[in-house]
Amino acid sequence: MVAYTRLCVATAVTAAVALTASACSSGGSKGSSAPGVTSTTVTIGSTQPLTGPAAPGYSEIAPAAQAYFNFVNDSGGVNGRKITLKYLDDAYNPTQTLTLTKQLVLQDKVFAIVGALGTPTHTKVVDYLNQQRVPDLFVASGCSCWDQPKQHPYTFGWQPDYVVEGKILGDYITKNFAGKKVAYFYQDDDFGRDGMKGLDTYIDKSLVVSRQPYQPGNTDVAAQVSAIARAKPDVVVLETIPAYTALFKLTALKLGFNPTMVVSNVGSDPITVSGLLENFAKQAGASVKGDQLIEGLVTDAYLPSLGDTSNSWITTFKKVHDKYVPKLPFDGNVVYGMAYAYTFLQVLREAGKNPTRQKVIDALEKGGLTGPGLVPYRYSSSSHAGFTGVQVGTIKSGVFVPAGSPMTTDDGTGPITPYTNQQPAAPADGVPAG
Amino acid sequence: MLRFLDLTLAGLTSGAVYAAIALALVLIWRSTRIVNFAQGGMLMITTFIAYTVISHGGSYWLALVVAVLSGFVLGGVVERVLIRPVEKRPPLDAVVVTFGLLVLLQGLAGMIFGGTPRSYPPAFSIIGFRAGDHRLLFAPNDLWVVLVVCGVMVLLAVVFRWTSLGLRMRASAFAPEVSRLLGVRVGRMLTVGWALAAAVGALAGVLIAPSTFVSPTAFDAFLVFGFTAAVIGGLDSPPGALVGGVGLGLALSYVSGYIGSDVVALGALVVLIAVLMVRPRGLFGSPVGRRV
Amino acid sequence: MTALAVRAPVVWQRSTLLRHLIWAILGGVGFYLLSVWLSPFRDLQLAQISYTAIAAAGLTVLSGLSGQISLGHGALMAVGAYSTALLLEHQHWKLGVVLIVATAITAGVGVLVGAAAARLRGPYLAGATLALAVGLPSLANYHRLRETLGGENGLTVVSGPPPLSLGETFPVERWQAWICGLCLIITLFVLANLVRSRVGRDMRLVREDEDAAALSGVHVARVQVLTFTISAACAGLGGGLLAYVNSLAAPGAFPLSLSLSLLTAAVLGGLGSLAGAVYGSVIVTLLPTWSSDIAQSAHLSRNVYANLPLVVYGVVLIGVIVLFPGGLQAGVLRVWRAVRVTIRGRLR
Repeated sequence: MVAYTRLCVATAVTAAVALTASACSSGGSKGSSAPGVTSTTVTIGSTQPLTGPAAPGYSEIAPAAQAYFNFVNDSGGVNGRKITLKYLDDAYNPTQTLTLTKQLVLQDKVFAIVGALGTPTHTKVVDYLNQQRVPDLFVASGCSCWDQPKQHPYTFGWQPDYVVEGKILGDYITKNFAGKKVAYFYQDDDFGRDGMKGLDTYIDKSLVVSRQPYQPGNTDVAAQVSAIARAKPDVVVLETIPAYTALFKLTALKLGFNPTMVVSNVGSDPITVSGLLENFAKQAGASVKGDQLIEGLVTDAYLPSLGDTSNSWITTFKKVHDKYVPKLPFDGNVVYGMAYAYTFLQVLREAGKNPTRQKVIDALEKGGLTGPGLVPYRYSSSSHAGFTGVQVGTIKSGVFVPAGSPMTTDDGTGPITPYTNQQPAAPADGVPAG
Repeated sequence: MLRFLDLTLAGLTSGAVYAAIALALVLIWRSTRIVNFAQGGMLMITTFIAYTVISHGGSYWLALVVAVLSGFVLGGVVERVLIRPVEKRPPLDAVVVTFGLLVLLQGLAGMIFGGTPRSYPPAFSIIGFRAGDHRLLFAPNDLWVVLVVCGVMVLLAVVFRWTSLGLRMRASAFAPEVSRLLGVRVGRMLTVGWALAAAVGALAGVLIAPSTFVSPTAFDAFLVFGFTAAVIGGLDSPPGALVGGVGLGLALSYVSGYIGSDVVALGALVVLIAVLMVRPRGLFGSPVGRRV
Repeated sequence: MTALAVRAPVVWQRSTLLRHLIWAILGGVGFYLLSVWLSPFRDLQLAQISYTAIAAAGLTVLSGLSGQISLGHGALMAVGAYSTALLLEHQHWKLGVVLIVATAITAGVGVLVGAAAARLRGPYLAGATLALAVGLPSLANYHRLRETLGGENGLTVVSGPPPLSLGETFPVERWQAWICGLCLIITLFVLANLVRSRVGRDMRLVREDEDAAALSGVHVARVQVLTFTISAACAGLGGGLLAYVNSLAAPGAFPLSLSLSLLTAAVLGGLGSLAGAVYGSVIVTLLPTWSSDIAQSAHLSRNVYANLPLVVYGVVLIGVIVLFPGGLQAGVLRVWRAVRVTIRGRLR
C-alpha cells in the first residue's frame, strides 16, 4: 500500500509544483510587428556570468550596458521606444545558458539577444537562436566562430577576434623586439590558442623558447611560470585574463624575472590588474600602488583609453557611469558594455520607426557604422565579424597610452594595414544620430 | 635539476596549505564524524573579514588575529545552530546541510563584497631566496606559510595530548556516553572542536589569500584538494593531514610541471585511488574494529 | 481503535509488478497531460527535471538502500552525455539505440568505479567520488583528447526535429519532454521492482550489517558493485538525455555542484525513496529559476540580485533537512497519513 501511495503522492506533488511554476511564467509582450517590440519599448536579453569563477570583471558589463540604455531612455529612447535589457546569470555553465536563452526567447519573447558572454557557453545556443531567427548580436567573445554568415545568419561578433589581435601583437613584437627571445603564457582554450595562432604568423618560431598553458580555475601556476622564467625570454606574451596576468607578474617577481610583458587586451585592464597587485607593490621596492608593477606593459585596445579625458566618448561614458552605476569601478569592462550598447542603439535606429528582426540584420550588414571604436567594423553581407583590429600601446602611470596608429587585418593570411581615419565624436546626448 | 627544485619547493608551499585545510577537516571529523563541505566557504568569509580590516587600515597581524577569532566564533555558531540537529542523523544529511551552508556563504559574500577578486597582502617578502645566481621559487612568505602550518600542527598535538581540554575533547568523540557520565560537557566539546577547526581554516585562508586573491569562489579548489589530502592521510589522523597535504602538493606540482596543467585534477584522482586501494582508510587512518 | 476490517487483498495489492505497471501507466498519462498543458519553455524544464530525477533515483537507491555515498554521479552523467554526443555525431543510429549504448557504457564505467568503491567506506568513499567528480570531466581538456572531446567548448549535439506526424509546428521541447518522461517512467518502474526484489533485499541487508549479510550467504562486494553499476547506468541515461535536451556535452556543464545537487535531490526527497528523488529533482531544478525571477522583479542592487538565488538555495537546503528528518517524502507521508486517519475517523 505504501509504495502505491508514494508514487501517487509523487505524481500529485510534481503536477502541483509544475502547475504553480507555469503560473509564474511571465507573459510575452504584445508585439506590434516583432516579438519584444511594442509601441513604447524594445526588450532585449543577454546571458552573463554574474556569479561563479568567470564573474570577476565580466559581471560589470551588462549593468554598464543597461546604464547606457537607461541614460538614453531618459531622453526619450530611440525612435520613441525605451530599451529594456534583461540579463540573466548562467554562471558560465552551458546548460544554464541554453535554459536561460530559451527562457528569454520563449517566455520573455525578447527582440534580440545582445552581448551574450562566453565561448563555451554561447557556442551551444547559436544553432537554436539561428533556427528561431532571433538576432544574436555582439557576442562578447573573440572567437572567430561568430563570423559564419551562411551557417549562422543571425549571429554577429563585436570585439576583435583573438587571431586578429595576435597577428597585430606579433607584428609589433617582431618590429620592436627584433631577434629577442619570446615565450607564451596562455589560457588553455580558444582564447589562448587562437591568440597564439595569430602570434605565430608573425613571430619566428625559432625565437619562441617556451609555451606554457594554464587552466582557468586553478591558481597554482608556479610550475608554468617558473618554466618560462628559467628559459630566460626577453619578451613574454600573455594571453591571459586579468587574474592570471597578475599571478604571472607575482611569480615572476619571486624569481627575480623581469621580462617585457605583452598582454592581450582581455587581461590588461590597468585598473583591474593594478588592483590585484596593489599589496605587492611595496614588496618590489616601489612606494606607489600596483601601478608600478604594470608600468611598461605592452598591450592593445580597440576602444578609447580611460586615461584620455579629452575623448568625447570617455567623457560621455564617465557621465553615464557616475550617474547610473557609480558603485562600479570605471574600468575597461564598463566602457566595453556601454560601447556595445551604443552600437545596438545605432542599429536599432537604422532599423527605422517599425523595427523588425530582419531590419536589424539588414542594418548591420549594410555596414558603415562608426562609433567609439578606434577601428572600423567588418560587418557586411559576407562577414559578421566585429572590429577589424586594434591599436598597440603601453601602460604608463596606470593608463593605456597608444602608440602609432590603429592596425587592421583579418583572421587569415591578410596583411596588416594601418587605419588612419579620425574617430567620430560622441553625439551630445549620447543618442546615435539618425 | 633546477626544474625539480622549483617544482618541489612550489609543491611544498601549496602542500602546506592543503595540509592546513585537511587538518581543519580532520578536526571536525574527529569531533563529530561529519565531513564539513562548508569549510572552504567558512574560510572564505573569515578571509573577507580580514580583508575588511586591512582595507580600513589595520595591520596584517591584526587582520590575522581577527580572522582566527572570527573563525573560532563562526565554527562554534555553525555547530550549535546548524549541525547539532543533524549530528545523530545519517551522515548524508550533514553533507547536504554543509553543502547548503557553502552555497549560502558564497551567496552572502557575493552580496556583500561582490565577485571582484581583492588583493591581499603577504606577511613577508615574496621575492625568492637567492641561491647562487638564481632566485629560488621559495620566498620568505612561503617559509612563513610552511612554518605556521607545522607550528599549528604541533600546537594542536600538544593541546590534544597534554591538556585536560584535549583529553575531554578526545573522550567526547570516542565515547560520548561514558564521557557524559564522567561529567564532561560533551555538547560543549563538540562546539569547541568545530570552533578550533574553523580557526585553523581561517588561518589557512589568510595564508592562501595573497596568491589566489579573495573572491567568493577563490577557495573552491582548495576544499577539494584539502579533502583529498585529508582522505589520503586518514580522516582521523592530524599527522596524516600533514603528510597527505604535503604529499598531494608535491605530487600535483610534479604532474603540473612534467606532464601538463591539463591533467592536474586527474592526477589528484589517480593519487587518491592509488592510496585508497592499498590502504582503504588512508595512510594513517586507524582501522576500526568491527562489532559482530 | 476500530476493529480491523480484514478484506481479501485486491489484485493490485497482491502483485507488485502489476501495481507498479498500473502506476507507470497512470504516471505516463499524467505526464503527457502535463506536458501538453505547459508551454514549450516549461516543457524544457519538465525534461530537465525528468533527466535529473533519473540520475537522482539511481543515486537514492545507491545511497539510501545500499548505504554507499557517492559525490561523483555528475561525472557519470558526463560519461553518458559525452557517449551520447559522440555516438550521435559519428554513428547515425536512432536516439533510442544511442541512449541504450550510452547507458551501457556508463554502466561499464560504473563497474570499474564500483569495484574500487566496494573497498571503501563512508567518508573515504565520499572523498574518492569527489575526486572523480572533479577529475573525470577535466579529461575533456586533456590535450591529446581535445580533438575528439572538443576541449573546453565541448561537443554540440544536433537533436533532430520532432517527427512530422505530430505536425509542423510541434514544439521540439515537448517532444524532448516526452522522451525524457518515457525514460523516467521506465527507470522508476525498473528501480521500483528492483527495490522490492531479492536484490533490493540484499542491498538493504548489506547496508544494515555486512557481516550478518555475508553469513547469510550474500556476496557483499558483488551486491555493492551491482548497485553501483545500476546507479551508474541511471546516471548515464540521465546524462545522455541531458546532452540530447540541451544539445551539448561540455565540461562546464558538469561542475562539482551538479554531483552535489543530485545528492541534494536524493536527500531532500528522502533517501531511499524513488518518489523523493522526483520531488528533490523538482526543487533542485526549479528553485534557482524561481528565486532568480523573484530577484529580477524586486529591482535589487546588482550584487544582491545576482547572489540572491544562491542564498535562497542554501537556506532552503538547510531548512528542509533540519526540519524534515527523512526528507520531504517522509514529511508528505506523515501529512497523508494524518489526513487519512482524519477521513477514516469522519467516515465511521
